[in-house]
Amino acid sequence: MSTDIASRVTKKVDIRNKRKLDGKGQFWLVFRYIALSILFVIAALPIYIMVINSVKGITGVTQSAAFIPPTKLDFSAWGPTWDQLKVPMGRTLFFVVQSSLISAVIGAINGFVFAKWRFKGSTAIFTTFLFGMFIPYQAIMIPLTQFNQWAGIGGSIYVLVFAHVVYGIPICTLIFRNYYAAIPNELIEAARVDGAGMVRIFRTIFLPLSIPGFVVVLIWQFTSAWNDFLFAIFLTGGSPDLAVATTALNFITGSGNQVYYGNNMTASLIVSIPTLLVYLFLGRYFLRGLLSGSLKG
Amino acid sequence: MKVKKNRVHSPWGGFFFVLPSILAMAVFVYGMIGYTVRESLTNRTNAWETEIKFVGLTNYRDLLVDPEFTHALSNLLKFTIVFMIGCLLSGLIMSLLLEKGIKGEGFFRSTYLYPMAISFIAMGTSWRWLMDSARDADATGLNYLLQKIGLGFLQSDWYTSEAGSMYAMALPAIWQMAGYVMALFLAGFRGIPDDLREAARVDGASEFKIYRHILFPQLSPTFLTVLIILGHISMKVFDLIFGIATKSYVTKVLAIYMWQVIFDFQNFAAGAAIAIVILLMIAVAVIPYLVYVNKTEEANK
Repeated sequence: MSTDIASRVTKKVDIRNKRKLDGKGQFWLVFRYIALSILFVIAALPIYIMVINSVKGITGVTQSAAFIPPTKLDFSAWGPTWDQLKVPMGRTLFFVVQSSLISAVIGAINGFVFAKWRFKGSTAIFTTFLFGMFIPYQAIMIPLTQFNQWAGIGGSIYVLVFAHVVYGIPICTLIFRNYYAAIPNELIEAARVDGAGMVRIFRTIFLPLSIPGFVVVLIWQFTSAWNDFLFAIFLTGGSPDLAVATTALNFITGSGNQVYYGNNMTASLIVSIPTLLVYLFLGRYFLRGLLSGSLKG
Repeated sequence: MKVKKNRVHSPWGGFFFVLPSILAMAVFVYGMIGYTVRESLTNRTNAWETEIKFVGLTNYRDLLVDPEFTHALSNLLKFTIVFMIGCLLSGLIMSLLLEKGIKGEGFFRSTYLYPMAISFIAMGTSWRWLMDSARDADATGLNYLLQKIGLGFLQSDWYTSEAGSMYAMALPAIWQMAGYVMALFLAGFRGIPDDLREAARVDGASEFKIYRHILFPQLSPTFLTVLIILGHISMKVFDLIFGIATKSYVTKVLAIYMWQVIFDFQNFAAGAAIAIVILLMIAVAVIPYLVYVNKTEEANK
């Protein structure tokens, strides 16, 4: 269960071998900290470069000094970059909020049914849903574009709302199913004895308990839709009127002018800020979503 | 008190509520895959083809003798091997360093995982700069750093080299996914009851033997999960490569080639065939895995 898996990762453990904290134990402790610190430097390096080079001005990034923080902060790359990005980022926010909310509602309903209101064949159907999580979206992209034209949403930002909702069904259902599976059946039985129907049980008992589940799904859908590039580039066909954060960023940085590294780094950082903030403040929920995708522990 | 007959007591009530999603999956996942298969069997190899007819497996046969396709396929396999081994090793090492608990664990764990929250397109900017191929006096990025720490002989052309491009391309991929693998392994380690370890210690087993004979065998379901997740991500890899090298020949993989075939050449039939090849490579691993997960869940009920 996802909730279990995530709390296992974050739980405080201390199962060191206490009998052996002698010289050898000390050595291993120091060794672990050194190794962890090296890995920390590697993990942090790409974002470090982005941050320090974004405050050196548009062309102030000299090649050999790129690893060194600037002596004085120069935010001159931020203004023009933000001007290029604000409309696409606003557009992204517009569709991401909608697709995440719709996905969460669908996920909650499906998850409840697959966890607590099973019917004959529901497990098999759930498994066929899960396959949808693994498919390469290339395999549906050609008919999907044609469908969008036919449905009249081709050429509007709603193609992305639609795509993220539909192809988010498997993961959102899975997260909620795992979440609800951890809630004891006795709650349902007690309510049933009192004459409540399943819909009412869902509404009055499960929904109020679902806040963490909703946070996990909203964060997951928000992050994956915000960072999505494949749907964006296929379904909007690179049209500037429909540019979203990632495609606009790719347009800026992909034009490949090395002189403007300050500009490119700043643009990449600006586009990353929303998801980084979410990760910073709600990382635990992000971890839960991530581990739900692994199906089991 | 008399138990009231439930309004929605029917065991099929639940079915009614998931029906919209079932239909959506049926149409937009399975139906559209079917449509793509069908497309891949036609002669719609350019935008102006009006007389659509079925040509059997011709498009697939053409792919087999298309040097671009075989190049992209072999690139993808090279990438997959390095990416999977690299992620497994680095994720495993991170989790081994953390799994017994250590002060500052939360900080390290969060740092190792943050790459998962950022888009490949954004990180591509940093990595493109880090893996710049200029050397010696002109060096920037990693080549510059290598010289500074006295490893100048390790300077490389990175993703622009003919032979090593895919191995270089695996670096940012490993960087991005290793934290995820770490989290999966941490969950695995911490799902093993502490008594097992304690009992072995009381019996005088060395820490190494405990890992080798007690902990690792318990992790085999985690290993399987990690392999499936990494494998399917690798087969689909697109943003990461596009963000760093766009359509560069030396780093072309199937997903990039498919995009090129559709947008640049308007060859829908071939594009569909490539997509189906990617799908099949994923399906041969994922379908047995899903069946296995389904079975173990049924057994645990």
